[in-house]
Amino acid sequence: MKTKDVLLEIKDLKVSYGHISALKGISLKVYPSEIVAIIGSNGAGKTTTLRTISGLIKAQSGEINYRGHELTKIPAHKIVPLGISQSPEGRLVFGTITVENNLKLGAYSLKKIDYARMEWVYELFPRLKERKNQLAGTLSGGEQQMLAIGRSLMCNPEMLLLDEPSLGLAPILVKLIFKAIKEISKQGVTVLIVEQNARAALRLSDRGYVLEVGNIVEYGNSEELLKSKKIQEAYLGKKKQNQLI
Amino acid sequence: MYIFIQQVINGLTIGSIFALIALGYTMVYGTMKFINFAHGDLVALSAFVGLTIYTTVVSSFSNSIIAILISLIITIVIISIIGYLLERIAYRPLRKAPRLSAVVSALGAGMVFQNAIMLIWGPNPHYYPADIIPNKIWHFGDSVISLIQILILLLSFFIMIGLYILVNKTRTGRAIRAAAINQDAARLMGINVDAIIVIIFALGSTLGAVGGMFLGMFYRGITFNMGWNYGISAFVAAIIGGIGNIPGAMLGGIFLGLFNSLIAGYISSTWADAFTYILLILILIFKPTGILGERVAEKV
Repeated sequence: MKTKDVLLEIKDLKVSYGHISALKGISLKVYPSEIVAIIGSNGAGKTTTLRTISGLIKAQSGEINYRGHELTKIPAHKIVPLGISQSPEGRLVFGTITVENNLKLGAYSLKKIDYARMEWVYELFPRLKERKNQLAGTLSGGEQQMLAIGRSLMCNPEMLLLDEPSLGLAPILVKLIFKAIKEISKQGVTVLIVEQNARAALRLSDRGYVLEVGNIVEYGNSEELLKSKKIQEAYLGKKKQNQLI
Repeated sequence: MYIFIQQVINGLTIGSIFALIALGYTMVYGTMKFINFAHGDLVALSAFVGLTIYTTVVSSFSNSIIAILISLIITIVIISIIGYLLERIAYRPLRKAPRLSAVVSALGAGMVFQNAIMLIWGPNPHYYPADIIPNKIWHFGDSVISLIQILILLLSFFIMIGLYILVNKTRTGRAIRAAAINQDAARLMGINVDAIIVIIFALGSTLGAVGGMFLGMFYRGITFNMGWNYGISAFVAAIIGGIGNIPGAMLGGIFLGLFNSLIAGYISSTWADAFTYILLILILIFKPTGILGERVAEKV
C-alpha cells in the first residue's frame, strides 16, 4: 500500500448532535486512487462521517486534512471545488428537474459544463441517457442512484464519497452500481464508500474500516476483514460455529 | 358586453401587479418554506420611496416617463438593499429555528416597516400626481384602456418573461431551483445557498418595488397600511397558483385580478374581498396544492 502522500486524513474527529455524540474520535486515512470502505450498522456514524467531510455538519473537534486544506473550517460549497464530491444518503436527486439538468447541476462548481464528461456518465449509465429529458423524480430507485453518482462525477472530482449506494436496491442493480464504481475507480478517482452491505463493500474495496457507535473498532485490508471471524459474525451474517455444536 | 371587456382590462392590470408581488412570496416560500409576511409592507414602502424619489427627480427631466423609469430603478436598488437587510437581520439568525419563529419574525418586521412609513411620511394618505403618465385613453367600442394600464401590462409582462428565463435557462436559475428542492443537496453541488437566498430576496424585493410603484401610479392614493391588504391579496394569488411555484404565482396573480374585477363589475365591489377569501377557501378544500402546485412524488 502506498504509504506516503495521504490524500485525506481524519484525526480524532468528534461530532455530536446536541448532547448525543455521533462520532467519538475517529481517525482514518485514504490514499490516492484507492477504494476505502466504511462498514457498520445503522447509527454507527457512517453518514455523519461523510457529511462532516463534505462540510454539511460542523465537527466538534478533530481534523480533516485534505491535500493541506483543513476541511472542518471550510463551508460545504467551497469543498466541492477542492475535488471532493458526494453522492449522498437517500440519493437526494432534484426530483422536479430533468435528469440532464441534474447532471448540469453536478457541474455547477466548474463554471462551464464539461459535455465530454456528461457523455462518459451516460456511457457508464446508459439508462440515464434514455431518460435524460425525464424529471428525476419519475426515475426508479436504481436509476436515481445512478443519477446521484453520475451527478457527483460531473465536477471532475479527485475523491468521491458514496453514501450507501446499495440501499433499497435489488441485488442485480447493486451489482451494476458496484461495477460502475469499480470503473470510476479505474479512471483514477479515489473512492470512500460507506455501506451497510458489508460483503459487497469489502469485495469492492482495497481497505476497510469498521465503525461501531461512533468508534472505529477494526480496520485493515478488505480481504483480511472479509476473512475475520468477528466481522463475519457481526456483519456478514455467518453464524457462530460453536453455537451450532 | 362592454362591462366584461372593461373589467377584463382592469383585472389584467391589477392582476399583473398581484403577480409581481406574489412572486416575492412564492420565491421565498420555495427556498425557505416560510411566508415572508413583511413582503406586503415592503411593497408599501416601495410605493412611498418611489413617490419621494419621483417628486425629487421629476423637475430634472422633461419627459415624465423617463423620470418614472429612473425613480423605478433607484427604488429597486433601495428596496433590494432593504430586502437583503431584512433577510440578514430578521431571518438568517432563525434559519435553523422552527418555521413558526421565522413567520413571527416576519410579522414583526412587517410592523416595523409599517410604523417606519408612518413615522417618516405621516399617517395621512399621499397621492401620486395625476399627470405622472400622460392621460391618454384608447377606446374599444365602449371600453377604454389607458396608457398607464398599457405600461403596467407591458412592463410586468417583460419582467416576468425575464424572471422565467433567469430561473429556467441560466446556471444561477438552476442553482435557485436546486436550493429550493433540497439545500443540503445543493451545497453538495458546490452551490452557496446563502448567496442564493440573498439573490432570492433581492429578486423578490425588486418585483415588490415595481409592484408598489405600479399600485401608486394606478390607484394614486397610498397609505402607510396599504401593504397588508395588497400583501394578503398577492399571498392568496400565490396560494391559488400553488405556493412555491413561480409560473403558478404569475398565473394566480392574473387569475385573482380577473376574478376580483369581474366580481366588482357584476356583483359588487364591496364584496370583492369577501369573494377572494371564498375562492381561497374553495381552493384550499378542493385543490390545496393550487393550480400548478402539483409536484412529482419524490421516490425514496
